[in-house]
Amino acid sequence: MSILVIVEHDNGSLKTETLKTVGAAQKIGGDITLLVAGFNCQNVVDAAAKINGVKKVLVCDNAAYEHQLAENISLLVTGLAADYEHILATALTTGKNFMPRVAALLDVAQISDIIAVESSDTFVRPIYAGNAIATVQSLDSKKVITVRTTGFDAVATDGNAEVVTLDTVTDAGISSHVSDEFTVSERPDLGAATVIISGGRGMQNGENFKLLDGIADKLGAAIGASRAAVDAGFVPNDMQVGQTGKIVAPDLYIAVGISGAIQHLAGMKDSKVIVAINKDPEAPIFQVADYGIVADLFEALPELESKL
Amino acid sequence: MKVLVPIKRVIDYNVKVRVKPDHSNVDLANTKMAINPFCEIAIEEAVRLKEAGIATEVIAISIGDKSCQEQLRTALALGADRAIQIETDESLDALNIAKLLQKVVEEEQPQLVILGKQSIDSDNNQTGQMLAALTGMPQGTFASEVKFDGDKVNVTREVDGGLQTLALNLPAIVTTDLRLNEPRYASLPNIMKAKRKPLVVRPAADFGIDLSPRTKLLKVTPPAERKAGVIVESIDELVDKLKNEAKVIS
Ligand SMILES: Cc1cc2nc3c(=O)[nH]c(=O)nc-3n(C[C@H](O)[C@H](O)[C@H](O)COP(=O)(O)OP(=O)(O)OC[C@H]3O[C@@H](n4cnc5c(N)ncnc54)[C@H](O)[C@@H]3O)c2cc1C
Repeated sequence: MSILVIVEHDNGSLKTETLKTVGAAQKIGGDITLLVAGFNCQNVVDAAAKINGVKKVLVCDNAAYEHQLAENISLLVTGLAADYEHILATALTTGKNFMPRVAALLDVAQISDIIAVESSDTFVRPIYAGNAIATVQSLDSKKVITVRTTGFDAVATDGNAEVVTLDTVTDAGISSHVSDEFTVSERPDLGAATVIISGGRGMQNGENFKLLDGIADKLGAAIGASRAAVDAGFVPNDMQVGQTGKIVAPDLYIAVGISGAIQHLAGMKDSKVIVAINKDPEAPIFQVADYGIVADLFEALPELESKL
Repeated sequence: MKVLVPIKRVIDYNVKVRVKPDHSNVDLANTKMAINPFCEIAIEEAVRLKEAGIATEVIAISIGDKSCQEQLRTALALGADRAIQIETDESLDALNIAKLLQKVVEEEQPQLVILGKQSIDSDNNQTGQMLAALTGMPQGTFASEVKFDGDKVNVTREVDGGLQTLALNLPAIVTTDLRLNEPRYASLPNIMKAKRKPLVVRPAADFGIDLSPRTKLLKVTPPAERKAGVIVESIDELVDKLKNEAKVIS
């Protein structure tokens, strides 16, 4: 069997989540080829060639792929699809955007957000915000899959795969990039962090999120948020953890002033250790927390920072 | 400009779903159902476009059994002009849903199709992108802002790094994210009025598409339960537990 894995990146660097998607590909079993589609993305290609268990890295370096426009990437991937039984991408916003387009162009279903591989055609995925776990068999000859990274281990990066440059350019010409407004942060990505501290509506305003900074510094943590905190404008959208935000599973997740709605739990309940700081002893977050403390966060956070 | 809004009937977002004891599926008997929250945002956006004089007609469409007429009536009460139900008792894969919608797009020729980015039951996040592929239209997924500009629409998208804005040629497909707008509630007079708005029912079989399933649901199980932990009495105790019991900090 042959598997094509599409590399997730920002032209400058390879997103480490890709290592987990390759982990999922290894569970399926077969020759693994990577595709790097981007623009001025040599760093990504170099990093991709080091991923273990990869036979070949295909590279399409062209302005048409700079912003990962779904219209262009999907044409590229469908053009390559004949050689592969499985096509995998990471279930992050880029893959979620172009993969269903690939599936429909190939006239096959997509299996979204798999967390386990049962066999080459049967996969496990959460439904209903993770309140049920479905085992789904694909009846199509080709399988288009997005991989939820919390389900798989990252593969190592001391390999040396062959790099093949393609000069295919697929520019659909129906969409164009206008601008980006990306959050710049010195902290680790939510998807890559081993410790996450998240604030909710209980934080009251954006200014108070600074109370999390000192703790995050000491723990090397990423900072997340609930939807309520994002909707209220305390923090930007890319910090949202949950069913419809980022799905994370760090070693330690600290939820501060977050009630624990099912949509939030869907994004973090596979964390190894969960800590909840909330002044309401009845808050549902305590039902999933390994360690809970019933306290006013404005007192608890400074004390926690000083004692770490 | 016509706007088509495909919507889905799903479990109410406040309800925690149960898995059937035989693990064949989830149990939705006697469960409160509603319009998928992202679809509600799509209706709201379409209605606002009409109020702004950009859209001329808003058509709501749903694919399902008779019960989804309830959600179509809600869409009409929220401001849609007419509704189409494509009737089927089967639970269709997103690809087959997209194929049915493609037929309706061919008939109605909307300039914009706006739909939810995902449904909170199957959590697939596929239909809009698939419809875009089948119709050859550009897509603006996970939208937090939609602005028309001549023969293009600018869509600001919520992506992992922050926000990205794209310009799409019309006609286009947009899928909604949570912060696109805050949907209104239907007023009583509008609920009454909605009862008289047109709702056409068309059997799925009439579209001449092969709707055979592409996936098979083998089983549905409850997730692994987390054991409820302990309530600690002080920050000192918390730090001690994290260091010495859980060993997640040093
Ligand atoms: C379709 C859909 C998708 C959604 N997706 C997501 C998602 O991806 N992520 C997400 O998070 N939500 C999501 N939600 C929203 C979710 O349902 C909840 O509304 C949200 O998670 C609540 O955020 P919160 O816990 O911060 O706020 P609240 O529920 O208001 O909780 C605030 C908590 O802070 C505590 N608190 C207040 N003051 C203090 C204090 N001084 N000290 C200590 N504790 C304090 C309170 O006791 C309370 O428990 C979604 C909802 C819908 C309908």
